[in-house]
This record gives sequence, C-alpha cells and structure tokens, in this order.
Amino acid sequence: MNQMPALNRRAFVIGTAAVGTGLALGFDIPFGGPTVVRAADGSPEVNAWVVIRPDDTVVIRIARSEMGQGTLTGLAQLVAEELECNWSKVTTEYPTPGQSVVRKRAWGDFSTGGSRGIRSSQDYVRKGGATARMMLIQAAANEWKVPASECRAAHSVITHTPSGRVTTFGKVAEAAARLEPPTDVKLKDPKDWKLVGKGVKRLDTVDKTTGRMTYGIDIRLPGMLNAAIKDCPVFGGKLKGFDEAKITGMNGVKKVVRVGDSAVAVVADTWWHAKTALEALPIVWDEGDSAKVSSASIAKWLEEGLDPAQPAFIGNQNGDAKAAVASAAKKVEAVYNYPYQNQAAMEPLNATALYTADKCEVWCGTQNGEAAFAATLEASGLPADKCDVHKQILGGGFGRRGQTDYVRQAVLIAKQVPGTPVKLLWSREEDMQHGKYHPITQCKLTGAFDAENNLSALQIRLSGQSILFSLRPEALVNGMDPAAFQGLNASGEAAIGYSVPNLLVEHSMRNPHVPPGFWRGVNINQNAIYLECFMDELAHSVGQDPVEFRRKLMTKHPKHLAVLNAVVDKIGWGKPAPQGVYRGIAQHMGYASYVAGAAEISVTDSNKIKVHRLVAATDPGYVVNPEQIDRQVAGSFVYGLSALFYGGCTVKDGRIEQTNFDSYNSMRISEMPKVESIIMPSGGFWGGVGEPTICIAAPAVLNAYFAATGKRIRSVPLRDQNITFA
Amino acid sequence: MANLTINGKAFDVDVEPDTPLLWVIRENIGLTGTKYGCGIAQCGACTVHVDGVAMRSCGVQVSEASGKQITTIEGLASDAGLHKVQQAWIDNDVPQCGYCQTGMIMAVAALLKEKPKPTDQDIDEAITNICRCGTFQQVRQAIHLATNV
Repeated sequence: MNQMPALNRRAFVIGTAAVGTGLALGFDIPFGGPTVVRAADGSPEVNAWVVIRPDDTVVIRIARSEMGQGTLTGLAQLVAEELECNWSKVTTEYPTPGQSVVRKRAWGDFSTGGSRGIRSSQDYVRKGGATARMMLIQAAANEWKVPASECRAAHSVITHTPSGRVTTFGKVAEAAARLEPPTDVKLKDPKDWKLVGKGVKRLDTVDKTTGRMTYGIDIRLPGMLNAAIKDCPVFGGKLKGFDEAKITGMNGVKKVVRVGDSAVAVVADTWWHAKTALEALPIVWDEGDSAKVSSASIAKWLEEGLDPAQPAFIGNQNGDAKAAVASAAKKVEAVYNYPYQNQAAMEPLNATALYTADKCEVWCGTQNGEAAFAATLEASGLPADKCDVHKQILGGGFGRRGQTDYVRQAVLIAKQVPGTPVKLLWSREEDMQHGKYHPITQCKLTGAFDAENNLSALQIRLSGQSILFSLRPEALVNGMDPAAFQGLNASGEAAIGYSVPNLLVEHSMRNPHVPPGFWRGVNINQNAIYLECFMDELAHSVGQDPVEFRRKLMTKHPKHLAVLNAVVDKIGWGKPAPQGVYRGIAQHMGYASYVAGAAEISVTDSNKIKVHRLVAATDPGYVVNPEQIDRQVAGSFVYGLSALFYGGCTVKDGRIEQTNFDSYNSMRISEMPKVESIIMPSGGFWGGVGEPTICIAAPAVLNAYFAATGKRIRSVPLRDQNITFA
Repeated sequence: MANLTINGKAFDVDVEPDTPLLWVIRENIGLTGTKYGCGIAQCGACTVHVDGVAMRSCGVQVSEASGKQITTIEGLASDAGLHKVQQAWIDNDVPQCGYCQTGMIMAVAALLKEKPKPTDQDIDEAITNICRCGTFQQVRQAIHLATNV
C-alpha cells in the first residue's frame, strides 16, 4: 500500500506534453498578417481570436472548455469588450488542439481547471480583441484615406468622426485581415469597460433547453459502433482473461476487445447491447495486493502520519510552533478527516474515436483539449499531423474531465476496429468506481494560548494523499506536494488569512492505491474545513465570539477580512437569529479569490439539519459577468454540501463501494435554500470563481451545527453519523 | 418489435421488449436530448412524458410504452414556439452545463400541467432531479416565472 514518491514516466510525458514541451512549438499568438487565414466558411480571420463574416457576425474563438461555468460567454465578453463589436452578433467556436499545434499554439493553453479559464487568459484574449479592432479601424481608414486616429469603432460600426462616414466590421474584415498587426496594443482601463462586468446572458442557453445541444455522449457518426467497458475493479489490478464464447451471438455484439492491460470492452451496434453483453461476460481479474485495502486500513495508515515522529513536508511556518505549544498556558487539540469523493458529473465519461492507418480523430468532452490530443497521439501511435480532437460541450467536468484515461481507452478500442468510429461510454457504475477521487486526508490541529487567551501557536499536521504525486509528479518540489497546502500558504493565490505568532503547517504524504484527482475546489475543500472549524473550536475554548476571535488574527489580511465582514453583516451576526436558528461562518482564499460564507440552520432530533439561509461573499478582483458568478457561487454550495452530507467514497477489498447515485447521493432542490451572494471586486488582481466558494460551504454549516447542538463534527460525510437534511 | 408514438410520430423499432425506453429513444430513434445519467431512475436526466406523465425513461421498458403517447424534450415546443418552461429557462439563464436540464424541464412541464401555480413546497415534492452544477436557485425562480406567463 505504501507507495513511495517516484516519477511516473507516462504521466510525465503526457503532463508535459500538455503543458508545453511535447506539443508546444512556442507560445506565439499570431495577431494577423499579410496572409489571410480563413475559417471553414471562407470568412477571413482578422486574427486567431476573431473571424468576421460579411453579415457582421463575429465569431470569437475560445480555447478553454465550457462545462457549465460560463467561460465561453465570459471569455467572449473580454474579446468583444476590446473589439467594440455588436454583442448581439457574437457567436463562438472552439479551435481544435490539432489546429493549435499547426499554428504554433496560437490559442495558448487549452487547460480548463483551477478556476483559471478567465484569469489566466484574460490578458491575451483582450489583446486579441484590441488588435483586431485596431486592424479593422486601420482598414476603414485606408479605404477612406484618412488617419486611423480620426476613426473610432462601436457596436461593429466604424465611424470617421470628422466626416461622419461609417462602415461596418463585415465590410472591412477582408482588408483588415491583410494588414500587419499592430505591435503597440493598449488595453482599456477597467473603469471604461462597458460589456465586461455586465451580467449578459450566456451564449449557449437555447440549445440546452431544446435538446439540440450536442454533448460527447450525443455524437453520432455514420456506421458508428458503441462500446461498454469494465476496468479491473481493484485499482492497479490486471485483466487476466474473459470467456468471449459466452456472449458471442448475443444481440448486436460485434467484438470483445482488451483495452490496455486492465480492461475489457464489448463493441456492439448499440450501447445498450454492448452493456448487456458486457454484464454477461465472464471476466477473470488479477486483483493484486491492493485487494486487501479497506477504508479502515487507509485510515489507520493516515492516522500514523499524524504522529510528529513520522517524516513530513513543511508547507508553511513562522516562529517556533512546537516550542510555543510546549510552553503554552492552554492547549486545544482536534483531529479531523475528509474522505474520497467522486466528481460524478451528470454526463458519464465518454469519447468517440475513429482510427484508420493514417488518421485518428476523437470527439469528446474534455477540460484539456491538448492533454486529450496528447493521449490520442500516444494511444494511436500516430504523429500530431495525423490526429485531432474535436471538443464537445461538457455535461459537467469538476476536474474529472481534465484526465484522459477515457480518451486513451476509446482510441485503443477504435484501433481494434479500424475504419469504424466507436463511441465508448462508461456506465454510471464504471464512472463511480473508476474515478480520480478527491484525495483522502486526516488532519491534527493544535492551538496554544498564552495566559491572556491570545492564540500563541497553531500547528496543522496533514496526513494523506497527494494529487500531484499521482498525476503531475514533475510538479513535486523535492518530493513535497505544494498543492497539499492550498489555502494554508504564507502568501500567493491560496494564502492563509490569519497571522499567528508561531505557525507550523506540515504534510505527511501517504498515497494509497486509490487514484486521486482534481475534484472541483481541490485541496481547499478539506483545508478550509480543518482550519475554519478549528478556528471555531479555538474561539469557543476561550469563550470568545468566533467572528471577534478571527478578526484579531486578521488585521494583516484586509481582503480576507473584508469578505468575512461582508457575510457577518449580511447574516446579521451578533443580532438575534429567529427562534431555533443558529449561525456559522467560515472564510478562506483559493484560486486568487477571497471567499466567505455564513449559514443559518436549525437542527431537530440532533440529526436533521434544515439549512435556512446561506450568505456568501466573493472578492475575485475583477468581475466579468456577475450573473455567472452568482450561479457559480450558488452551485458551489450545492456541490460542497452534497459532499458534506451525502458524499464520501469508501474502500472495501481494494475497490470503491459506491456505485451510483443511490449510494452516492446528491442534493435536491428541496434541500437547497437561496444563496444570498455578495460580489465585491476590489480590483488589481484576477481571481477565479468556479471553485473557491465550495470550501466554505461545509465549515459554515458545521460551525452552525455546533452552535445549535454543542456537538463538534470532525468527520465527513454526515451520512456516516446518521445526520441528514430535515 | 415495438410500436411507439414519439412526439406525435409513429415508429416501429426492432428491439428486445425489455430494452429501456431511454436507449430506444437515444439509439434507435436518434433523439439525443433525453439524457443518460444513472440508469436506475435516481437522477431524472432521462425524464420524458408518457401519456402526459413525467417518467424516468431508463426505468421504463419499451414494451410498457407501446401504444402510449411519448413526448421528449424535442417534442415539447409547438408550432407556436417554445414551451413556456423552455422560455422561462432561457429568460432566467438557468442551465449551467445543461446536461440535466432537458430532464428537469420535462419534469417541470409535467408539474405545471398538474399544478399551474405550484408553491415552493409543491416544487420541493415534485422536482427531485439531480443537478451537479447546482442550478436549483435558478430552477425555482424560472418555475415561478413560467407560471406568471
């Protein structure tokens, strides 16, 4: 069970291919030029980001993936802001990773995770829009033989101010596309934004209400077959064999194939036939040593990591916490834990592949087009110019679709039926039992007080799994996973919001065989529960108000404090709550955004929780679309509280026990109150909004539960403690 | 062989009688707006109307649907335009990833047929679809919006 950190060569190749060296021929954003590049319909590209059709339709290219978070619309707003185009004529399209490679990575990074879709591409997509605007204006000025400085653009119309002459983007796009792009491009001052910061409607809604939206699962190609797959239920186990004769002749079955060394797939005319046959297929697995692993054995091993005698990586420290604890007037200790979680996107994993001797194409939802492309290359064995990936809208991602195991499988299956497109679809059971799970951890926290009840030291000792160890070992720093300390760092985009004279944050890395992955919010989810529930414990241990206790430690963290104060005011902290209603709060930082949350709950029979109110505050620096932030924040509570109440994947005989939504439940509308969201951008930085709020949902509710019952919950999920929604 | 009426059109499909209606709709008929989410009637992504009643089509065998009027999301709009629930969804910008929303809309359309002015409690009891993006707040608002049309 004890896996030592070592470089996983395969993950390394794929990982680096996706981030740079393998695919990248340099990050060179072409801003147009004398050779006109044309879109499929013949319309000229003004540059890689902007195509303008003769009817003034503006096609904005989006490299990041839309999975519900609204990035398609937000990124288009950023381009359109600088472009000065008519928003009602804007449409979007995805370039393919194959095209990007051919064009020297013209669209930059495709990776869509870490809440970075907007914050890490806002600069160059705005420049793309601004450059295109300048070229369109220049083209009009050339035609009129006037200086460009006398012309301006608004709503896709270019006006020569002195003469009042006008033309439209569509009329000059062809000429603009032939111009050398300007090198001196200035972006607007945020105070001059007109479209950015406005809650415009999403661009992809109508098709999502009529059934016309095509997700990966909906791909239909001529002659396409369907595949159902079973991977060894014990992670790391192997496929020994299967008795194909038992299912040959079953309706629709075309072929039974090995997929890598651990999985078997049935290829049939329909997926229902494939799945039915697969369930009837006798399979023999070599489950390996991991078949002995259970949740209890993992818990025991993690518990050992809480022992200070065990080696640990230090993620953050100041002063001498150990000495301060040893000499403290008063000491408080607690141990928390957080389980495995499955992302459980509503659309089960799937990919469609067509392989021929000289070509391999894949259609799939992916959070990282370039990683899916790299997986296609590797699995097909074909070079980059013979492969491509056609990204589809995602039926949820939550981090799971940043991985490419399902893409690789689809290509390996398609290779065994060359010339025929095959759609691989995982059953929900396969999806639930072959996740890349939210890492499992335990945490021991120790707080020390001086004689005046001031917090003199804080020790946070994490024990458990590292995501980077498994998925991006090249990102480990001398074996340490820096991401494990997310939200507990001294500085940066996930910094702790408290100053304690003596602080020690450590991680005893223990990697069970269950594969970990990025689960929306990643490591702030557990770290915020640990820190924010323990802060509550510390406050109560010295008879102080949890808000006042925190405020004393937050004087050097004004942005953390500002969001906390905002929810404190809005929830009415310090004022009487309705009869039987109790409050809890939490604050944290992640993905460069500051978030705080407050909950009002009531508890009946000590185990039935009704959540009455949820208040959230977010400071993401800049706001692109407040309506979408509102939705991300509200949705984050559903995701975070679903994990708290109903989540938790347990291990028995080396495999995950939960198989579907009956054993891994998710919140329903009846359980969810309205979220009162405060968006308070303070400017000067760009933070993400897709993830951070999730982490404060659980501690706000857990702290309210303590206020209501006097009982401290230190273990997730609540279903294991017979606590549920009222 | 099953004789189905889907969105007013008759289909003869050659499938085993125990095939779930969901897969017949998606794979044999080719209407992909009805989604697979769990296959065990938990999530509601596959909700269609069978004789006007919202049903989770993954749990309905095609033989049970024979001779009944089946409506999928593709048949919800009429010649007059989108159904009021679809319009409310658009006006309130409800979907995030959108994958569960066609099933959610079908469930809501059936609810409004039965209860044209549902209370929040009616909504809580009738709408039990899973949405992992967590659009519930917008769903509730949009339901009330649709009833005021």
